Amino acid sequence: MLLSIVSIVIAGLITNNIVLVQSWGMCPYLGVSKKTNSAVGMGLAVTFVITLSSIICWLLYNYMLVPLKLEYLQTIVFILIIAVLVQIIDIVLKKFSPSLYNALGVYLALITTNCAVLSTANNSINSDFITMLVTAITTGLGFLLALILMAGIREKSELSKTPKIFQGFSIALIIAAIMAMAFQGFSGFNIDVGSYKLMMMGGALWL
Amino acid sequence: MSNKMLLNKRIIKKTALGGILENPVFVLVLGMCPTIKASTNITDAFALGIATTFVLICSNVIISLFRKFIPDQVRLPAYIVIIATFVTIVQLFLASLLPDLNQSIGPIVAMIVVNCIVLGRAESFASKNSVLLTLIDCTSMGIGFTLSLLLMGAIRQGLIALNFSIFSTTAGGFLVLGLLMALFNFIMMTVEKRKMQKSRAGLNEEVE
Repeated sequence: MLLSIVSIVIAGLITNNIVLVQSWGMCPYLGVSKKTNSAVGMGLAVTFVITLSSIICWLLYNYMLVPLKLEYLQTIVFILIIAVLVQIIDIVLKKFSPSLYNALGVYLALITTNCAVLSTANNSINSDFITMLVTAITTGLGFLLALILMAGIREKSELSKTPKIFQGFSIALIIAAIMAMAFQGFSGFNIDVGSYKLMMMGGALWL
Repeated sequence: MSNKMLLNKRIIKKTALGGILENPVFVLVLGMCPTIKASTNITDAFALGIATTFVLICSNVIISLFRKFIPDQVRLPAYIVIIATFVTIVQLFLASLLPDLNQSIGPIVAMIVVNCIVLGRAESFASKNSVLLTLIDCTSMGIGFTLSLLLMGAIRQGLIALNFSIFSTTAGGFLVLGLLMALFNFIMMTVEKRKMQKSRAGLNEEVE
């Protein structure tokens, strides 16, 4: 049991990272990663929403939709739960932490349409409660990790000279590609003939 | 009267070209997750493009029809429920009639609910414009999205066939999308520069 939990934690954080390996949750990943402070706030808010919505969705699906044979309503029910949760967080933050509320801005409301939240809820409905809980928390923390790393790199890259056509999202995507390669490296990589040739060609050009 | 018709024609033309000039993927940078996720081969890319276009057109036409009845405070939950209904229709259709396709893109189709393009068009276009104009806009945006998915799918499938297995991973998707976006920027800049030069030449002639 403990071993399986450890493997879920490592998968959620690194080898199966929600953004860099599964490519869900791109909009906030590219939109809120310009400053480290707002990246941390956003990451924590998303972690909270993912955990809470996964728990509620799991309970509702297994104890209400399945007994009533209404499984096909899954999409509608899940997205409504997430929308209500985000609305509650919006109200609470506005009341108790106005500074964080202002820093997150429009992206707070956009957590509703963050694919990371819905995909985590969708993927873990068939697993048992503890696996679901650990998966949800580590997926959120994996998102936080990717967001903080990206914000750190982008703060530096703002200062460097970028060719005009690469400015904005283009260079951010290329940075993300290099980060994704690094994250994929943790789970091992088959180097095939084509990639090997590409690497040799790159090396020859560089020399 | 003729002036008004001319204006109408211009608006319709601008809306119809929206899918290319304001391409949802390369210019507005919306709906990136499914773009990267489903573009490892052309079949998946095309199927997802068509599914998204269907949801986009149907849900936004309904939203445009009811735009005067939906209260402002609850508009987002209302839009999401309308979109989720059509996504469920697509899911049921795929599961019963195209089980093979459902296996490969089923989880991605479920995510059309949270595709920013659909909600983005609802919020910025369908909630303010007439049904006919919304229909034109959504068709154009859907075609633009499908075309960019097909382009990505073709490039990635070709590169995977040439044994570059890195392009079947997320990293390859990011790389292709980033480079294509730079190319799109380059084309747009060149066109704009040419237009500026032309208008400047026109001005000079007038002065002379």
